[in-house]
Amino acid sequence: MERRFVYMDYNATTPLRPEVKAEMIEDLELYANASSLHEAGRKARSRIERSRAAVAALIGAKDPERVVFTSGGSESNNTVFATMFHLGRKGGRKGIVTTKIEHPCVLNAAKWLADEGFPVTFLDVDEYGVVDMDQLRRAVGPETLLVSVMAANNEIGTVQDIRAIAAIAKAAGAYMHTDATQSVGKIPVSVDDWGVDYMTMSCHKLYGPKGIGGLYVREGRPLEPLIRGGHQEHGFRAGTYNNQGIMGFGLAAELAKAELDDYVERIGGLRRRLRDGILAAVPKCRVNGHPERVLPNTLNVSFPGAEGEAILLSLDLEGIRVSTGSACASGSLDPSHVLMATGVGPELAHGSIRFSLGRDSTEEDVDYVVSRIGPIIARLRSMSTVSY
Amino acid sequence: MDSERNDEDGGYSGPILYYTDAVIDHFTNPRNVGEMADDEADGYACIGDPGCGDEMKLWIAVRDERIERIAFKSYGCPGAISTSSMLTVLAEGRTLDEALAITDDDVVGALGGIPENKQHCSLLGVKALRAAVASARR
Repeated sequence: MERRFVYMDYNATTPLRPEVKAEMIEDLELYANASSLHEAGRKARSRIERSRAAVAALIGAKDPERVVFTSGGSESNNTVFATMFHLGRKGGRKGIVTTKIEHPCVLNAAKWLADEGFPVTFLDVDEYGVVDMDQLRRAVGPETLLVSVMAANNEIGTVQDIRAIAAIAKAAGAYMHTDATQSVGKIPVSVDDWGVDYMTMSCHKLYGPKGIGGLYVREGRPLEPLIRGGHQEHGFRAGTYNNQGIMGFGLAAELAKAELDDYVERIGGLRRRLRDGILAAVPKCRVNGHPERVLPNTLNVSFPGAEGEAILLSLDLEGIRVSTGSACASGSLDPSHVLMATGVGPELAHGSIRFSLGRDSTEEDVDYVVSRIGPIIARLRSMSTVSY
Repeated sequence: MDSERNDEDGGYSGPILYYTDAVIDHFTNPRNVGEMADDEADGYACIGDPGCGDEMKLWIAVRDERIERIAFKSYGCPGAISTSSMLTVLAEGRTLDEALAITDDDVVGALGGIPENKQHCSLLGVKALRAAVASARR
């Protein structure tokens, strides 16, 4: 096949949709501060509230007011953990239960609470990345303040049973938070079906702009602002409204909701095509993550005998953009904490590649990647010290 | 892949963020890849650990105190593969004493630099060469 440019790193970020980009450019002309009382300010504010309703609709939140706009997933997650810090310091429950495969911003926020004297449990996952429910039941009790489990994993795509996890948290009287950064726009998400108290969202994973995200907070649940100041977002998140970001988020959410069924079916089909093609093209490789309970767009494969960044650069030179769980890519000596938690072992973790598809992906893209991966792995294995 | 240092950033001379053409060349066409049989090799070393992300095996054939032939195999990132390859180029034909004087900076310099966070990858080749020379002298 002729050389082509293939972006397969949609879990890292997505391109801005042309419709969203056009909306944001148009919105740049409306410079009014959405907190201003004059007509221009009121207009800007009403556009923001329409966006809030669109985001709420995407996640099944009946009351748009329960969505707080933030700068993104990291801020939303940190706001929840900061809230728990303030609650726990006042006495009462202090236990935090999360998992070993969370995004670094949850892991590091949890480690911060551990440093502050909060008892923190990092739950194990099985070989597919599924949370150990028995361990969860044992870990959650009358001292538990918060259970925080990501809805779907960014590296291997494994989808957790958030409804069952939230039920356990609720039965113990603990708050339930889920980081749905990788789930929103990719699988059906419903804060009520799931029964979560807090849910983190990011806009740039669903073809909207970077620098904007959201936090769903169920009515009556406490929230401590991370950024104090004015009265924006009911005082939960101060700072002048990010008009363009919020407009982009609103439209991206509206489009994601309208296209979700089609996305799940079409992208899921492309993922199967890619998986089957790679398994046929490369001997002795292994697919990581759950075989069925997985994001429709995420395929993580380990290639024994080849190192991840060497594979990544080889693909890059062919015009294919992916990511890897190898240590070298992260600048540390430890490979992907997610793959290590699933027990694949350091060698397979170092040799892992994440292919994440998106709405611009095509069968031609998939076939091109399949045509290139075989020779690349064969070349690296031929010079490798590692037998596989 | 950008060949010039940070040319995208209008000549900003900060840390090197991209691989140079020489690194890409040695990664895609590594020199002296292979193995030597026990009766061919005078010196051999295996350095690193695949569990830590890189491992290198190096063989040298020595004649009159000079490295006549050199071969390597590598499991590792592009930094490890390209520096290993360049190391073999620098060491081939040298006396054992000259080979021992080769430093990480020599290897990195010959490649026109490598990104800051990849500097540690260049250590493997020089370590392996020194160990192979030591084994040849035993």
